[in-house]
Amino acid sequence: MIKLINVTKKFGDLVAVDNISLEVPHGEIFAFLGPNGAGKTTTIKMMTTLAQPTAGEIYLDGVSVTADPSQTRRSFGIVFQDPSLDNELTAYENLQFHAILYGLPKTLYLERIKLLLNLVDLSDRKDHFVKTFSGGMKRRLEIARGLLHQPKVLFLDEPTLGLDPQTRNHIWTYVKNLNQEEGVTVFFTTHHMEEVDRMAERIAIIDHGQIIAHGSPDSIRREAGTATLEEAFIKLTGHQIREAPAEFSKSTMRGFSKM
Amino acid sequence: MRTIYILWLRQLKRFIRKKANIVGALGQPILFLVALGFGLNPIFAKAGDGSYIQFLAPGVIAMTALFTSVFTGMEVIWDKQFGFLKETLVAPVSRFEIFVGKTLGGATVAVIQGILVFLITLIIGFRPENLLLLPVALGFLILVACLFSALGTAIAARLEDMQGFPLILNFVIQPLFFLSGALFPLKNLPAILGVITKLNPLSYGVEGLRYGLTGVSHLPPLGGFAFLAAMIVLMVIIGSRQFTRIEV
Repeated sequence: MIKLINVTKKFGDLVAVDNISLEVPHGEIFAFLGPNGAGKTTTIKMMTTLAQPTAGEIYLDGVSVTADPSQTRRSFGIVFQDPSLDNELTAYENLQFHAILYGLPKTLYLERIKLLLNLVDLSDRKDHFVKTFSGGMKRRLEIARGLLHQPKVLFLDEPTLGLDPQTRNHIWTYVKNLNQEEGVTVFFTTHHMEEVDRMAERIAIIDHGQIIAHGSPDSIRREAGTATLEEAFIKLTGHQIREAPAEFSKSTMRGFSKM
Repeated sequence: MRTIYILWLRQLKRFIRKKANIVGALGQPILFLVALGFGLNPIFAKAGDGSYIQFLAPGVIAMTALFTSVFTGMEVIWDKQFGFLKETLVAPVSRFEIFVGKTLGGATVAVIQGILVFLITLIIGFRPENLLLLPVALGFLILVACLFSALGTAIAARLEDMQGFPLILNFVIQPLFFLSGALFPLKNLPAILGVITKLNPLSYGVEGLRYGLTGVSHLPPLGGFAFLAAMIVLMVIIGSRQFTRIEV
């Protein structure tokens, strides 16, 4: 379903993603882990056509992401790490905007919006401006939006960042159902290892742009010789605290000025 | 088409919901009309050029369209910073459609502001010469709005944040305005100023509006119309290319 072959992304001299290959079969829930700045978000951006790989190939549902970005864009839904809603629009208008961009006919999107707002428990806030929403409500709305066009692959980049346990539980229960009932492939990142334990069938750990471990949660624990996934993660990636590098955006800007 | 429509509609909704901005954007034109209009009127009349208010009003309407359209176009930077642009860029629509939708949205907002300022000029004492020529004025207002909305959107595609904004304001927008025929007649100018004003697309917008509103123009309206239309096509090509290169 998702296939990365020798993918590299450089920002100037900085190698954000260094020759990684990955394969996620159809219908799997896959966790993509790594410390801050390891290359997770950059990889997701390349898979979702928001950034061009410097080298390598990416396929989503058999379609080359770089060769045919418009075709790929139909097949996935994404919940970004940072907020991406229009605060000046209502919840309904945000969803409607999405539905029209994805070419859904009106009768279908009215029905889908109703269904999904119910699902994320926001039906009664349909006509409220998003700027009045709490962080958790915004996240739930973004998840509803990512699912509106019935994607085959769902990318979730730290979807539970800053949410309380109730909301986290709610969201993961829903994602699991979606995966089981509709066979949606899920590719997610998180820093909460208990979420990985609960959700993921397989894991890849990325650090300094390279994949350093790959397999089921059990096999990774076994290989690292630790009792928990959290310990395995720290053993594999080290104790040092990482900062999400600001050079990323700076070098992106340098890239822009060269164009 | 639906893509362009929904992008346009979003821009319009955002505009209508910010009532304070609508009123705020009228401050500068009113100041120009009152201070310069009434202030320079006696001298202008003495020089034998008639009423300065009559001369200035089309220039101030063009100014409003220029500033509003560039600013609205540059709202794309906020979309970048608040993350909403990503939502648009991962959607299965062409960057050309996104660019055109955003440009038309900004242009519509600018045309509305321009018409509001036109109504204010009527209160201040401006009188259109020939009502039959009003559609010509509207046509030029739309061209100015489209061109500079496209310019603002294209600039925003390349900027990361609002830090570059003063630079754009003082070295692009203000010169465009001051070096057009908005404030002074394009005749008997020093040679260099004459050339610069003739190269400035806004001059053709100003003079076209002036023709539509007062029946007088220092530049040929038809040629100006064609020049502005050509500039819009060029700007859309450049802008869509900028948009296809955005990585967020």
